[in-house]
Amino acid sequence: MKRAARAALALALAGCGRPAALDPAGPQAARIADLWWLSFAVVAAVYAAVLVALALAVARGRRARRESAGDGPPAPRPPDPARTRRIALVIGAASAASAAVLLVLLVASVRTGRAIARAEREHPLVVEVTGRQWWWSVRYADGRASEWFETANEIHLPVGRSIRLALSAGDVIHGFWVPALHGKRDLIPGRANELFLRVERPGTYVGRCAEFCGHQHAKMQILVVAEAPEAFEAWRARQRGPAREPRNEAERRGREVFLSSSCPLCHAIRGTSAGGQAGPDLTHLASRARIAGNWLPNAPGHLAGWVLDSQAVKPGNRMPPNLLPGPDVQALLAYLRSLE
Amino acid sequence: MRRAAALALAVAAAASGAGCGREARLFHRVPGGTPRPTLAPAATAGEAAGPYDANAWALSQGKTLYGWYNCNGCHAHGGGGMGPPLIDAEWRYGSRPEQIFETIAKGRPQGMPAFGGRIPEDQIWMLVAYVRSMSGHVRHDAAPGRSDAAHTMEPELLREPVPWRDAGASP
Amino acid sequence: MSGDARAPALPGEEEERARLERALDPGPGLRGWLRSVSHRDVGRRYVATAFVFFALAGAAAAAMRAQLLFADNDWIGPDLYNQLFTMHGTTMMFLFAVPVMEGLAVYLVPLMLGTRNVAFPRLNAFGYYTFALAGIVLWTAFALDVGPDTGWFSYPPLAGPEFSPGKRVDFWAQLVTLTEVAALVAAVEIVATTFRQRAPGMSLDRIPLFVWAMLVTSFMVVFAMPAVMLASTYLALDRLVGTHFFNPVEGGEALLYQHLFWFFGHPEVYIIFVPALGIVSSIVSAFARRPVFGYPAMVLSLIATGFVSFGLWVHHMFATGLPELGESFFTAASLLIALPTGVQIFCWIATLWTGRLVFATPLLYVIGFVATFVLGGLTGVLQASVPIDTQVHDTFFVVAHLHYTLVGGAVFPLLGGIHFWFPKLTGRMASERLGKLGFALVFAGFHLTFFPMHQLGLAGMPRRVYTYAPDSGFEPLNQLAGAGAAVLALGVLVFAGNLLWSARRGRVAGPDPWGAETLEWSAPSPPPRYGFLHPPVVFGRDGLWEREAGSAVVTGLRSEPESGTYEVLLTNLVDARPELRADLPGPSIFPFLTAVSLVGTLVASVFTPWAPVFGGVPIFLSLLGWPVRTPPAPVVLREGEVPDVRPAPARAAP
Repeated sequence: MKRAARAALALALAGCGRPAALDPAGPQAARIADLWWLSFAVVAAVYAAVLVALALAVARGRRARRESAGDGPPAPRPPDPARTRRIALVIGAASAASAAVLLVLLVASVRTGRAIARAEREHPLVVEVTGRQWWWSVRYADGRASEWFETANEIHLPVGRSIRLALSAGDVIHGFWVPALHGKRDLIPGRANELFLRVERPGTYVGRCAEFCGHQHAKMQILVVAEAPEAFEAWRARQRGPAREPRNEAERRGREVFLSSSCPLCHAIRGTSAGGQAGPDLTHLASRARIAGNWLPNAPGHLAGWVLDSQAVKPGNRMPPNLLPGPDVQALLAYLRSLE
Repeated sequence: MRRAAALALAVAAAASGAGCGREARLFHRVPGGTPRPTLAPAATAGEAAGPYDANAWALSQGKTLYGWYNCNGCHAHGGGGMGPPLIDAEWRYGSRPEQIFETIAKGRPQGMPAFGGRIPEDQIWMLVAYVRSMSGHVRHDAAPGRSDAAHTMEPELLREPVPWRDAGASP
Repeated sequence: MSGDARAPALPGEEEERARLERALDPGPGLRGWLRSVSHRDVGRRYVATAFVFFALAGAAAAAMRAQLLFADNDWIGPDLYNQLFTMHGTTMMFLFAVPVMEGLAVYLVPLMLGTRNVAFPRLNAFGYYTFALAGIVLWTAFALDVGPDTGWFSYPPLAGPEFSPGKRVDFWAQLVTLTEVAALVAAVEIVATTFRQRAPGMSLDRIPLFVWAMLVTSFMVVFAMPAVMLASTYLALDRLVGTHFFNPVEGGEALLYQHLFWFFGHPEVYIIFVPALGIVSSIVSAFARRPVFGYPAMVLSLIATGFVSFGLWVHHMFATGLPELGESFFTAASLLIALPTGVQIFCWIATLWTGRLVFATPLLYVIGFVATFVLGGLTGVLQASVPIDTQVHDTFFVVAHLHYTLVGGAVFPLLGGIHFWFPKLTGRMASERLGKLGFALVFAGFHLTFFPMHQLGLAGMPRRVYTYAPDSGFEPLNQLAGAGAAVLALGVLVFAGNLLWSARRGRVAGPDPWGAETLEWSAPSPPPRYGFLHPPVVFGRDGLWEREAGSAVVTGLRSEPESGTYEVLLTNLVDARPELRADLPGPSIFPFLTAVSLVGTLVASVFTPWAPVFGGVPIFLSLLGWPVRTPPAPVVLREGEVPDVRPAPARAAP
């Protein structure tokens, strides 16, 4: 509940106030925002200067027109050589000034790029993100192989620690973009890309897929939860473990429904016989704030609607509708919501 | 002028090959319902067509599902292994769409599992269509192209129809 | 009238005029329409057809804006929306922006150079038909649910065989090839005409700035188009015959496509923009009543822009994870290209500053151009930086930038140019009141639509999304953009309505209603099919402003109605001394037939790899007809009319 509320708040605040790209929560996004503000100030000044020059030119030209005789277009007038030289000097100076401005922007840009490229290289925490149509497969492969685990769509990160996101694509090109944290990086099949970052401010940050990847590109969202290192370790320890055993009859029945329907063909729940790799890992589904590629809140009504007819929510997504009888749906929901 | 424009449009229309049936992306499928009616005649004359034989999107989905549901485990990419090949002329349990559907849904002796309760009916029809395309028996403009994977054979849309020998072929 | 419309008639003119008319007369009816090779007809058709596609693409945009008015809206589903933005981008870039500039060039460049037609009239007609038929095929495909749906640049693997089933992307690929052929054809025309068919005395440093712009554009086309033909052909081969150009598992590479596409794609936007720079120069000089300031600087800026534009393409790929040092090079180049355009803006402002301004609609569009394009160029400067680009790439910030530069930088000058040359094309003046109203609506509507998108991009809204989450906060700005789109659409309707009405009912215009300087204004409005009866001789850079009425013209160019040919004067490349007389061919149906064969072959190749083999036959056969010069249809004599029975004069020695 708290998770869902936090996520909702983050999403709501994304609209008002500073745009996400200019509201950095980590040093990478902060450096980019700084570069943005410098460059913005420079180009805004240039634009203002051009508009002023244009306005003055138009005003002068109007006056000159009014002063010339006749109704029709005034006779064309050849330019005055002395004036021409003066104007040429002004234009030359303006061009030189433009070149200087561009040079300043170039230097600032390259310096920012280098700083970002060299940061966070010391013992980063590695999180492997694989983009698939239309969800994010996330794997924490740190430490011993027996402690590796997979989750989906929601990425938890410890605050203040270097992170390396290893980005790959399972089908087409996707784009990983959490504007509050860093610029975007494409996930390209056959290429191993990476993003180094650090989060300084705890919170929940929204991201979106940033490279057109098919029908549900619009609803392929990312949720990054940055928390204190202890909270992160606690989360990681819980995620490593297998799925919770059913505590009551309803949940047991729900597990039966899950395992006997089409679900295991695509989804995995560690600790059961369900081992499908085509869809998101559901082992700790109930620990996530949102479902369906972070499009819907993780609440019973939404979950039921998603399971029964995901095509109505995200037409074209890879999960087929599942026609289950009412009691089975209730049991299944109970089980899925028990997977903390 | 207007006549010319109409003529041009007609030519272009014909040339575009009446894409409607082939190109429809069939998102909102009736779960567990009856198969959709045939969208176009079968590629091979005299043969019954499955409901998705002429729909490019469904055939492509079938190819993806073939990999996801690990049909490769027994049938490889049609060459067979533990299971019989799917690209040759022999059809032990029949090559008609309904027969292939039954094979997948109800299973067969000697090892073919029953996927009926597991794979939604709609998806089984997609697999049926894809299996038929493996031996070149769907329309070539709808058949899948190559996948982004390692290759041992030409893509389905270039495969010539293999003459089927089985009890199920229509007279 | 002679080559100079203000000059008194020369002896024997009526007869010469009649012979030229007959030599170029394509005949009546539909067949005649298809046979015409006059640059005037081809140019007008290019522009009119391009505007039809503009309207279609605009309708697609209106639909998208409507869908995005509300969060989680479901008026348009993802499949149709994907087709809409693909059709919008593809149509605007390939079927409107480039062809409309080509069309203006084909119409104006021969007139500005003082010659009678482009260098290869039948090739010119072929180019138009290829373009028009390609566009018709694409939109028919869209109507039949087989229109492309993977974006106007159509990246694999999404656009590849596994993830885009069916034939949608294949139609896109063929369209690209066909429009590239048309563009290459027009480019070849412009270069050959400009280099060899200039009026005597029009040395290289006296060529109008519009012609320089089209010359630079044409060279850019020649070098850029092959890259996209390669990209789209590789994609089509991957899809149709199973090659592995973009399959990483078998040794291909998804990024190869992006490099090939953007090596074309970046020059492409300059191919659209540079002609507009030429239009602005024409308008500014006419309405400031003085030549544009700094002619050598303007020419060198155009050339520099053309060159440098080929070194920018990787800035479209800054998010793909390429090496840092390489990316820095492209940052520097992307910043550098702002300089030559900046020089041009400074020169125009200087021209306006020292001129006596006539505030007609074309000048308003130029002022709108400066205010809009400079903002777009500056957001481009912002995006040249890799770190900033990693935040705004593939978001609505880029959508804002590209519209500011393309609409502000190309469409505004184009609309102003249409108003400017409207009297020349139609012989009537467009309504100034409606023109100014149209400008105001278009300008206000444009900014209202696209300025909010900068904020949307920074706030996190990616491109190509058919909807957005209710809690994203994107709704208010999208609604503002939707309102702006309505105003913009209204402005476009006013613009179009003005022109359509004025073409019938506008005030009749003489040859030179604006008192402008370039040579097209000495031809009648509208010019006859043969352009100049007696092409003018040029004595300075400022065209008509330096000529007195009755100045020297070229006489003695023959025409032979019996074989449907007429002569043009070829002049030396650098200083335009007369060198040769060359025959240009008259009307023919074969360019149309070749275009039909080519389009048919490429459409068939969507379905079978045998198409180019079999399709080559009608293409080849129709090409055989191109050198055939047929006499025009016999002239029907009216009651009492005496036919011209004198033999054609012997060909004079060159």
